[in-house]
Amino acid sequence: MGAPLIGARIERKEDYRFLTGAGQYTDDVVLPGQTHAVFVRSPHAHAKIRSIRKDEALKKPGVLALFTGEDLAAAKVGGLPCGWLITDVNGQPMKEPAHPCLAQGKVRYVGDHVAVVIAETLEEAHEAAEAVHVDYEVLPSVVDTASASSKGAPQLHENAPDNTCYVWAIGDKSVVDKAFAGAAHVTRLDLVNNRLIPNAVEPRAATGAYSRADQSYTLYVSNQNPHVERLLMTAFVLSLPEHKVRVVAPDVGGGFGSKIYIYAEDVVVTWAAKQINRPVKWTAERSESFVSDAHGRDHVTVAEMAMDKDGKFLAMRVHTTANVGAYLSTFASCVPTILYATLLAGQYTTPVIYCEVKAVFSNTTPVDAYRGAGRPEATYVVERLVETAAREMKLDPAEIRRRNFIRSFPYQTPVALCYDTGDYEATLDGALKLADVAGYAARKKASEAKGRLRGLGYAAYIEACGIAPSAVAGSLGARAGLFEAGEVRVHPTGSVTVFTGSHSHGQGHETTFAQVVADRLGIGIESVDIVHGDTSKVLFGMGTYGSRSIAVGGTAIVKALDKIIAKGKKIAAHLLEASESDIEYDRGVFKVSGTDKQKMFGEVAFAAYVPHNYPHDKLEPGLNENAFYDPANFTFPAGTYVCEVEIDPDTGKVSVERFTAVDDFGKIINPMIVDGQVHGGLTQGIGQALTEGCIYDKDSGQLLTGSFMDYSIPRADDVPSFKVDTRETPCTHNPLGVKGCGEAGAIGAPAAMMNAITDALGVKDVPMPATPQTVWRALQNKKAA
Amino acid sequence: MGVKVSMTVNGKKLSSDVEERTLLVTLIREHLRLTGTHVGCDTAQCGACTVHMNGNAVKSCSMLAMQAEGADILTIEGVAAPDGTLHPMQAAFKENHGLQCGFCTPGMVMNAIDFAKRHPVAGEQEVREGLEGNLCRCTGYHNIVKSIVAGSKAMAAGK
Repeated sequence: MGAPLIGARIERKEDYRFLTGAGQYTDDVVLPGQTHAVFVRSPHAHAKIRSIRKDEALKKPGVLALFTGEDLAAAKVGGLPCGWLITDVNGQPMKEPAHPCLAQGKVRYVGDHVAVVIAETLEEAHEAAEAVHVDYEVLPSVVDTASASSKGAPQLHENAPDNTCYVWAIGDKSVVDKAFAGAAHVTRLDLVNNRLIPNAVEPRAATGAYSRADQSYTLYVSNQNPHVERLLMTAFVLSLPEHKVRVVAPDVGGGFGSKIYIYAEDVVVTWAAKQINRPVKWTAERSESFVSDAHGRDHVTVAEMAMDKDGKFLAMRVHTTANVGAYLSTFASCVPTILYATLLAGQYTTPVIYCEVKAVFSNTTPVDAYRGAGRPEATYVVERLVETAAREMKLDPAEIRRRNFIRSFPYQTPVALCYDTGDYEATLDGALKLADVAGYAARKKASEAKGRLRGLGYAAYIEACGIAPSAVAGSLGARAGLFEAGEVRVHPTGSVTVFTGSHSHGQGHETTFAQVVADRLGIGIESVDIVHGDTSKVLFGMGTYGSRSIAVGGTAIVKALDKIIAKGKKIAAHLLEASESDIEYDRGVFKVSGTDKQKMFGEVAFAAYVPHNYPHDKLEPGLNENAFYDPANFTFPAGTYVCEVEIDPDTGKVSVERFTAVDDFGKIINPMIVDGQVHGGLTQGIGQALTEGCIYDKDSGQLLTGSFMDYSIPRADDVPSFKVDTRETPCTHNPLGVKGCGEAGAIGAPAAMMNAITDALGVKDVPMPATPQTVWRALQNKKAA
Repeated sequence: MGVKVSMTVNGKKLSSDVEERTLLVTLIREHLRLTGTHVGCDTAQCGACTVHMNGNAVKSCSMLAMQAEGADILTIEGVAAPDGTLHPMQAAFKENHGLQCGFCTPGMVMNAIDFAKRHPVAGEQEVREGLEGNLCRCTGYHNIVKSIVAGSKAMAAGK
């Protein structure tokens, strides 16, 4: 066969259907007899529900049903579970308040689910929803992260005193304090990691259906991990037999974390479908996405770095308050702990680190993993500290990083992780060159001549991807396994269908995974189809998040391919009348080594299904193999980003003039797709730094940024074209040597951006997002000082 | 209540009975089952619902079906040649990896074709400004911009 497919820039197999309007997203699926659901949501941040009057709504035309929290409680529908148990500093489990699918007596954030109306048409459901009269007793609310647990703050949950979910810590505080006491220099920053609203362009959607024929349910849902959705829904919420529920996540229009979770709407449409014996469809309007998709970030942090006189890092001390919103979303608890504090070593040899995290409830939308999930927050802390330290110590920001880089692997950090491989000098050097940092001084001069301020900022990030192994995650509180499953089904004529538990919602698995399969088998990529997103087709799966698909899902497929080739060798040995140990497999051909005797892959497949001449005494017919893969460790992508901004001091407007990213993702399967993932991540990171900020009104708890008019996700003219490149240290513990690339951009970009902006302004810190008003104020404050 | 609307959609003349309040996008998606046109925001911000009306890109979520009475409507399903060959702009998106999840893509392509007709030799900055009405959360726009620059050139060359 032809050239290797691993590493090749191959156009995507999925593109034709998307480009011609043939994609099938959840809202495109129409089931016979489907009805429409509209949720009645709380207009208040915090209120008691005195009563709900249904009569008027039930009389509206087309109305089929109206359910409230009382109905769900009577039917013993459970609350939404949290998938990760965090144990606090006193050895106590985190506080897990009930998270009902429809409010039980109280609402706790604007957008909280109060009731559902189901009608023949969407318009009828909307009209009836407006006729549901809810009598609220409005209570004082708290939305602010820093003050949510202060004395006198309104209490959200009876079983979570001071609105505190947990106080958790990692590291030895006394050792760290001692290192600080002896340090030559300490850099301190008070940082806010702004709350973000994910805003995948496809709004969440869910359609539930019930079949009386076999008492089974089907849920179509815009989701990143259909098997996890099914497991949580059947085992913890609806108490249904798992084998009677099929979850289909068809084409999904972006996830970014926000479609990992089990949501109230998913449960309610599934349950209601049986109650009314018709399919029930719900699709979010954008305003519902803003209030009901899990938000991201929202940390308030005090961070300190202790150094010796040469800028060598001695210790790091971090105190973070993380806002988890009104209830615990599916993985809310592990994001500001396990996925955050464990990354605080960054790329550096900092010997001792202490991090304490307080997670607080507030009258806001639940917060959970959003692209990067904990790692952007950690990178922000580390890289803002490092750059600030360099400025304070008058060191070149590249030089202070070089003095502290980890250079020998494997490297055990003081915060639990063990990095298997990396070359941080290589990505730093690559980025400095690609960014033409050498020419920066001349560009700065040119900006100054125009009356503009110019700034340069770096971020050298590390991330931990493909959370693993299951046993370790379990010991840290995970309530699920973190493996992946794959199945390779070779058809009698030699074409191949691969079923993966990973889920593509833009990442291009149908191409990347097909490249791996076609390359390993030595067959044409057009003969390989990748199937994902349907629990009735795929054997099992943990889904896609944490940049895990190729490292974990791809490896499961490789393991199944190994089994296919091993069985193929046995069949070929029989057909070629040779010893199995003499059979070699090379790019589509089984050969007896040292001879010209051979059988093509397709011939062996045919023999497996038409087993006339077949070793029946030793081998079953067929060529179909499964594999489950539980990784030995995380993977550790890393890289350096260089950002150059120009600021108009009269308006405060920041223009991103240059953005350079040099990443080490290990082996790369399709460089075109990898570059695209980086571009997208960078833009989300730039969005966090420049334009995106979720704002709640402090008094009323109303979401003030509830539409694209108020919450600004980057548009095409907010970002530049990017310069991206890669370096490669292959992952040491998976057969492809891959690490994952989906989140890197969003992890590294905010710190690089804010380092550049603070450099241009000559100030220590500016809060994100650095909108024109914020930047202009920072300049006025500096002038006044 | 109800009104009959007639228009040409992707070259086919049709009539449909709709409520007065029916949006053009609802007619396209729900009545005609042309689900390539998407709804991403309901407020004319994201552009996923962009179609052509009489040759101009319009946001079909923000107009009534009745407003398209007698119009010639082109949706993403009608852009490729009848034999399935991609339009040069669609081909440019594929060649330049100008799409990821695909949800904003139909609106992007419809806007891009309209833009390219008006600005056949547009450079990167003009393309970025021309995308003001279309949001993408996946690509960071880098490859969309490349796609539109390439697609515009291909369209101008009559490919």
